[in-house]
Amino acid sequence: MSKKYTKDHEWVQLDGDVATVGITDYAQSQLGDVVFVEVPEAGRQVGQGDDAAVVESVKAASEVYAPLSGEIVEGNGALEDNPAMVNEDADNQGWFFKLKLADTSELDGLMDEAAYADFVKELD
Amino acid sequence: MPQISQVQATEEGELRNQSRRATWSRKSLEPQNPIKRTPLYDLHLELGGKIVPFAGYEMPVQYPLGVMGEHLHTRAKAGLFDVSHMGQAKLTAEGKDAAAVFESLVPGGIETLQEGRMRYTQLTNETGGIRDDLMATRFGDTLWLVVNAACKEDDFAHISSALEGQAALEIADRALLALQGPAAGEVLAQLMPASTDLVFMQAAWANWSLPDSGQSVDVLISRCGYTGEDGFELSIAPEHADILARTLLAHADVEPIGLGARDSLRLEAGLCLYGHDIDLTTSPAEADLLWSVPKRRRAQANFPGAETLNQHIENGVTKKRVGILPEGRAPAREGTQIESLDGEPLGQITSGGFGPTLGGPLAMGYVPAAFSLPDTQIHLIVRGKALPARVAAMPFVPQNYRKG
Repeated sequence: MSKKYTKDHEWVQLDGDVATVGITDYAQSQLGDVVFVEVPEAGRQVGQGDDAAVVESVKAASEVYAPLSGEIVEGNGALEDNPAMVNEDADNQGWFFKLKLADTSELDGLMDEAAYADFVKELD
Repeated sequence: MPQISQVQATEEGELRNQSRRATWSRKSLEPQNPIKRTPLYDLHLELGGKIVPFAGYEMPVQYPLGVMGEHLHTRAKAGLFDVSHMGQAKLTAEGKDAAAVFESLVPGGIETLQEGRMRYTQLTNETGGIRDDLMATRFGDTLWLVVNAACKEDDFAHISSALEGQAALEIADRALLALQGPAAGEVLAQLMPASTDLVFMQAAWANWSLPDSGQSVDVLISRCGYTGEDGFELSIAPEHADILARTLLAHADVEPIGLGARDSLRLEAGLCLYGHDIDLTTSPAEADLLWSVPKRRRAQANFPGAETLNQHIENGVTKKRVGILPEGRAPAREGTQIESLDGEPLGQITSGGFGPTLGGPLAMGYVPAAFSLPDTQIHLIVRGKALPARVAAMPFVPQNYRKG
């Protein structure tokens, strides 16, 4: 299944009922050099839109929201040791957490790649 | 992830501070001025600068190199900063020494400045708080002042009215460029040989031949800055700022640097940002700036708030500005609560972030005097969690000034 996107510049890749979540390449370019990442621990329940992770650049701290409701099954601990991975490979190795979805119908509210590209174009 | 707004946190903080400051100002009911641009605005756009509102100006927060790259480049070679938004003015006291007259407004040793020498000082209020911090340079019987952008209108009105009948303040419509970093001396020596005679906190008027027309224009070269590195501030007529910036940027060692790296550089150097680390609620003693207040001025006690400042010196202060190093990797930003290990509230972080040269998080903030010694263990409350940190001596990275 192809990626889905949120207006908060997160991407979601679904595999069965587990969604891998990261921030988009556009988001990392806007943030600048990432110097600190905090990812959630496995077992935490999150609702759609809840604070789930933290990403900080030299200048500012930002929250990463849970794009969908569910239970965290894994945080990408490698980012805590190597936060620059978010800049280098936001779409793949820079993923933040994996989420076991509570309600797959929430996915319908997200954008596909073309819609997200249009959304970003509007911002520039 | 609302990074589109969050990434401008510093600017919003600045705007928040301006509105807070507006309540201190008698002129707060006057309409806000429209946003202004410096003479280098078009160059910032051409260089790919990301423009944000700052202190009433549209300023570059970063260029394509990014905050981290710009910071590290400045420490390694040389960075060029547009600081034209700052206020510049000349103080003249007919038949008298303007430096002596100016001492009635600041606790610094200004009258004792030698020709072409400059000092850092503060405009204080009657309760010992800091209205602004500034640089003052002596040329003959006149004084050249450089003040913060966000405070300049209030400062100039205050100085003019407080010294009415004794001194005249002439606001200078000039651009200001800062060239900072270990290569700054070598870069500027090629353009303005007079710069090689200057040591840290020394200034001179020089002539520079414009590279296009050969016309000779005056430049005030001051060997000072806001990064902890060797470097210069160059004051030039606004119509020549663009050619000067382009000439400096043509040097392989020079990159343009935005406000983001300016903030991380000054924080590593332990330098205060007005409206954040110092304001009307902090005295120079509380702000750990007594090195800028000589014994003569303390004894004379003839500046605003002298009584409070002397009480702070004699009886000690209840709060003091200190450097803070978080022990983990998480930065603690402005407004973060500081607690003792027992959970007792101590104060707040006033500037905090990540130091690219330090390679980790760093901050400054206010704690009670009993907690102000280096290596005192404290907690920082970040996202609800108490993170271990310690009080640390500043600067966080060694200064690299040319002391001569």
